[in-house]
Amino acid sequence: MKRDSREIPAENVTRTVRDLCIEANTRLPESHLGALRRARDDEQSPLGREVIERLLENAEVARERCIAFCQDTGYAVFFVEMGSEVRIIGGEIGAAIDEGVRRGYEEGYLRKSIVKSPIDRTNTGDNTPAIVYYDLVPGSRMKLTMLVKGAGCDNMSALKMLTPAEGVSAMKEFVIETIEKAGPNASPPLTVGIGIGGPFEKAAQLAKKALTRPSGEPNPDPDLAALERDLLDAINATGIGPAGYGGTQTALAVHVESFPTHIAAFPVAVNLDCHSHRTAAAEL
Amino acid sequence: MSVGNPEPVYLEAPLSMEDIKPLKTGDVVRLSGILYTARDAAHARIKEAIEKDAPLPFDPEGQVVYFTGPAPARPGHALGPAGPTTASRMDPYSPLLIERGLRGMVGKGLRSDTVQRSMREHGCVYFGAVEGTAALLADCVKEAEVVAYEDLGSEAIRRLVVQDFPVVIVNDLYGGDLYREGRERWRRAGSV
Repeated sequence: MKRDSREIPAENVTRTVRDLCIEANTRLPESHLGALRRARDDEQSPLGREVIERLLENAEVARERCIAFCQDTGYAVFFVEMGSEVRIIGGEIGAAIDEGVRRGYEEGYLRKSIVKSPIDRTNTGDNTPAIVYYDLVPGSRMKLTMLVKGAGCDNMSALKMLTPAEGVSAMKEFVIETIEKAGPNASPPLTVGIGIGGPFEKAAQLAKKALTRPSGEPNPDPDLAALERDLLDAINATGIGPAGYGGTQTALAVHVESFPTHIAAFPVAVNLDCHSHRTAAAEL
Repeated sequence: MSVGNPEPVYLEAPLSMEDIKPLKTGDVVRLSGILYTARDAAHARIKEAIEKDAPLPFDPEGQVVYFTGPAPARPGHALGPAGPTTASRMDPYSPLLIERGLRGMVGKGLRSDTVQRSMREHGCVYFGAVEGTAALLADCVKEAEVVAYEDLGSEAIRRLVVQDFPVVIVNDLYGGDLYREGRERWRRAGSV
């Protein structure tokens, strides 16, 4: 049986993406601001408190003037939930998203940070291509979630293929080792995205997607939520602190996402996000 | 350890040895005067120029380099948001400038042992700025002018005139390291 389709003009996708690019880069999400304020109140180090105070002030200035709060306006990453009944008309979806990024980064005075390849380092000039992950879902809605991903913290991310025997304790150790190694380079206080399960690339994608969850919202699975709390506590015990100057608030939130995996595997990926944790979402 | 002398030290760049000798890890500094921006691509070109014995875009003697690639400026602003980038990517290049008299670097993140040794040997300090304060830092920039490698866009070398640019001493001339000392000071036994 043929089902009715819902038509969405490509131009609407482009306009939505353009707006998301500007919104995500100039307005920190309320959940993240709340987490920063709590961290400021809880931070024991005076210099650490001062750093968070400045971050909050910076967020305010960026919002008021509609300017980027970090010069690294990052990769434009999109998670697209695409209803199976949705049909894009008047263009192709990938091209529509790229055009939105092009307009958003130009009109929003955002830095273009993408080069053609790791070897040919010529700037593409418009921050394209966007990094897009599609999820086909039932229904007729389309949801776009943007993550602006800076490279400083992405560079300090890591993936390890553990064995089932090594298990959860090795996973925790690997997370802490990654954070310790990143130290100040990832610009704490961090949001930590962790993906476990799937094959190799699935873990990395889950870690990135975990970053789009509202800051501090626990995983609905109580065991994973407990794991998130344990890890957050252990990360904050490292002493790295805001900007790495030392302190009790190294991470604001740990988000774990899990997926079925192989009888032989325990992949774990850790994707770090800096104190400028930038997400925005829209539904079409 | 001095966790940030609450009273800022006011300095005017270019800097002399006398300016930087009293500075200690953790001191809060307000920088005014001249900063040169340079990040990955500009440093690669500086290295190339040195290897070819070609003239450098600026004489490093006494100068302070700021590791940043600003976002575009809105009309009416000297510079767009411009926070520090990760300094360790400049580690392979920094000694070349330090040996030629560079007196300070502004960035964020760890420096290699080689760079830290070069700093102590030749007299250069490393200032930390906070990356997520790019909009506030841009407000301290009064003038900005591209002086070299314009084709690199955001990565071009700019001569900035700044006022009261807020930084903290990460590495002083005496082996101090705010990142190491801060972490040791606040570390507690973890549960993992």
